[in-house]
Amino acid sequence: MKGAKILLEGLVKEGVEVIFGYPGGAVIDIFDEFHNYPIKFILTRHEQGAAHAADGYARASGKTGVCIATSRPGGTNLVTGIATAYMDSVPMVALTGQVPTAMIGNDAFQEADIVGITRPITKHNYLVTDVDDLPGVIKEAFHIASSGRPGPVLIDIPKDVQQADTKRPYPKKAEIAGYKPVYQGHPRQIKNLAEAIAAARKPVLYVGGGAVASGASAELRKLVEKTSIPVTTTLMALGVFPETSPLSLGMLGMHGTQYANFAIMDSDLIIAAGARFDDRITGKISEFAPHARIAHIDIDPTSLKKNVRVDVPVVGDVRLVLKELNKIVKPGKCGPWLKQIRSWKKEFPLAYRDTGLIPPQYVIEQVYKATGGDAIICTEVGQNQMWTAQFYPFTEPRTFLSSGGLGTMGYGFPAAIGAQFAFPDRTVIDIAGDGSIQMNIQELTTAVVNKLPVKVVILNNGYLGMVRQWQELFYKKRYAGTILEGNPDFVKLAEAYGAMGIRVEEKKGVLPALKKALKHPGPVVLDFKVAGEENVYPMVPAGANIRQMISGMA
Amino acid sequence: MRHTISVLVENKFGVLARVAGLFSGRGFNISSLAVGETMDPAVSRMTIVVDDQGSPRIMEQVEKQLNKLINVIKIQEFSRGESVDRELILAKVKTTSATRSEILEIAQIFRARVIDVSPSALVLEVTGADDKIKALLNLLARYGVKELVRTGKVAIARG
Ligand SMILES: Cc1ncc(C[n+]2csc(CCOP(=O)(O)OP(=O)(O)O)c2C)c(N)n1
Ligand SMILES: [Mg+2]
Repeated sequence: MKGAKILLEGLVKEGVEVIFGYPGGAVIDIFDEFHNYPIKFILTRHEQGAAHAADGYARASGKTGVCIATSRPGGTNLVTGIATAYMDSVPMVALTGQVPTAMIGNDAFQEADIVGITRPITKHNYLVTDVDDLPGVIKEAFHIASSGRPGPVLIDIPKDVQQADTKRPYPKKAEIAGYKPVYQGHPRQIKNLAEAIAAARKPVLYVGGGAVASGASAELRKLVEKTSIPVTTTLMALGVFPETSPLSLGMLGMHGTQYANFAIMDSDLIIAAGARFDDRITGKISEFAPHARIAHIDIDPTSLKKNVRVDVPVVGDVRLVLKELNKIVKPGKCGPWLKQIRSWKKEFPLAYRDTGLIPPQYVIEQVYKATGGDAIICTEVGQNQMWTAQFYPFTEPRTFLSSGGLGTMGYGFPAAIGAQFAFPDRTVIDIAGDGSIQMNIQELTTAVVNKLPVKVVILNNGYLGMVRQWQELFYKKRYAGTILEGNPDFVKLAEAYGAMGIRVEEKKGVLPALKKALKHPGPVVLDFKVAGEENVYPMVPAGANIRQMISGMA
Repeated sequence: MRHTISVLVENKFGVLARVAGLFSGRGFNISSLAVGETMDPAVSRMTIVVDDQGSPRIMEQVEKQLNKLINVIKIQEFSRGESVDRELILAKVKTTSATRSEILEIAQIFRARVIDVSPSALVLEVTGADDKIKALLNLLARYGVKELVRTGKVAIARG
């Protein structure tokens, strides 16, 4: 069987339903096989869009996303998308075409060492030089991408390998000597954790993306039911625990809630689950949670003790560990602690100014109102991302898709397209900045052609707002390169692509516009002219500890 | 502090680049690296010597990261006394008729072999642990070592 055929055969066996990509000479043999297999191919208008769409599909559904591009420029255009998926541990298989094996290393037309380029941003990658290796490589790639701590895997396939014949069948199992992720937590470690919880008076659960990846939401809710431990999550884990619960502290860290940060700083036990103590979370590390013992559950041993000392380490899958823990856990005595937390929540709520112009935070609140919270929300990067995280109460995992680790502007819109393919009947909204949306605006075509009802909510502040905020606060308001003069007319732009465009300039127009957009069966771009110099508060300045928040409301 | 790490890897192209990338990506200098097949030709062993530049925590990270590489089967860190190690060096030493016999005497004491002789130089081959090689090179330095080639350390667990 031809290499290109065995590849498609493999994709079908792995359950792939949709591939996002862009063609070229080095993948033409693979594309030719699309005619023979029941896999939907979606042509994006840029390879970066294809990678983010595959990522959005994966984050929304939990399945492995697949994208494909041709050699050199196609492959390099995937790079940002692959790096985005890598930083947020998203299961993805990226396929690239390569010049024929005989020409590799000769600086041939459109040759690039994409395996070398993507080595530090993939969980693993392959250059297939012999067609007999191809079936095994595909099997391994899907296994590696989706197991353990998930991540992107790239397969680079030279054109002659796509054309060559192999007799090797597609394997049933991947056997990799050096890859055996640990799923079950050690019973002794879990017992230690249960004891720490029983002894704690001021415990906090600090939950990250690993809990979403492992499907730990139900076990987490059960644990909280049993122990009443308050929960704060990272950006990556919004929705894993319902933010509408009185025990939810929302997000922690640089733009987290004050009560989440206070709770962490005052706690005597932090139970980190699938989180990695990123510097946006810990602030000044030497002053982080001085009184707390730290328990850390993670499937990736490299996450443990990386940034902070750990007193109770548990290596294992978050869901499985919590399941075992729930069998033995007993609550500690934390009545006074919960009272303290209730009073912090009352005293330091998230809030914003109303200046007469449309407050961007208000738009987010209205998105929640218009959807009833039943939607998949993507974001771009910047203030739009933080306001969404703060003002939209997420209640289910995999309903908030955002580039956390890399912070990729231009992620949200193609990711929304990918998510819509995973869930054709759900409402999918990209909350965007006027800067970010221009980074992958070309995907409007993809949305229009495929009749996707994706909505884009632009918080149009006329600035690269998040950077402008830093310039305002820490660089004496010397705005350099952050004023977005010459923004296009987003309504006309949407219309030029064949989508609907709506502009809103008054607060009272916000909700009706959203309702109108949600009723429309096709893609809609909503251009909300919001207050330009609004800042994201509260905020922990760089280098400060996370108790030292600027609230901005004074 | 110096660390000796022994890494069993799949014998495939690109593996060396992955391993080296872990060190270079963190600004770690590999002071020596020796690679060769094991009894199983599908598996190679690397012996890597690095300085942790004073941060044992980073070293622990590097080891965990090495373990995480798909092509890495097993790693061992040897602390003092747990392993025996050897390195082979070739040293081209300047000679004159006046110094030749002295150098040969030193070579003999260190059980170095003379593998090439010319009127102005001797090439010595010597195998040994760190200390021995350091001592020999110290002694030879005053005659002038024109060229030095080392294999890098190889290490094996005791017992
Ligand atoms: C690809 C990329 N380039 C640059 C940045 C740095 N950056 C972070 S936020 C931001 C501003 C984003 O502006 P906009 O999309 O208008 O969002 P706002 O903050 O105004 O809501 C920039 C430039 C980035 N995160 N990603
Ligand atoms: Mg903006």
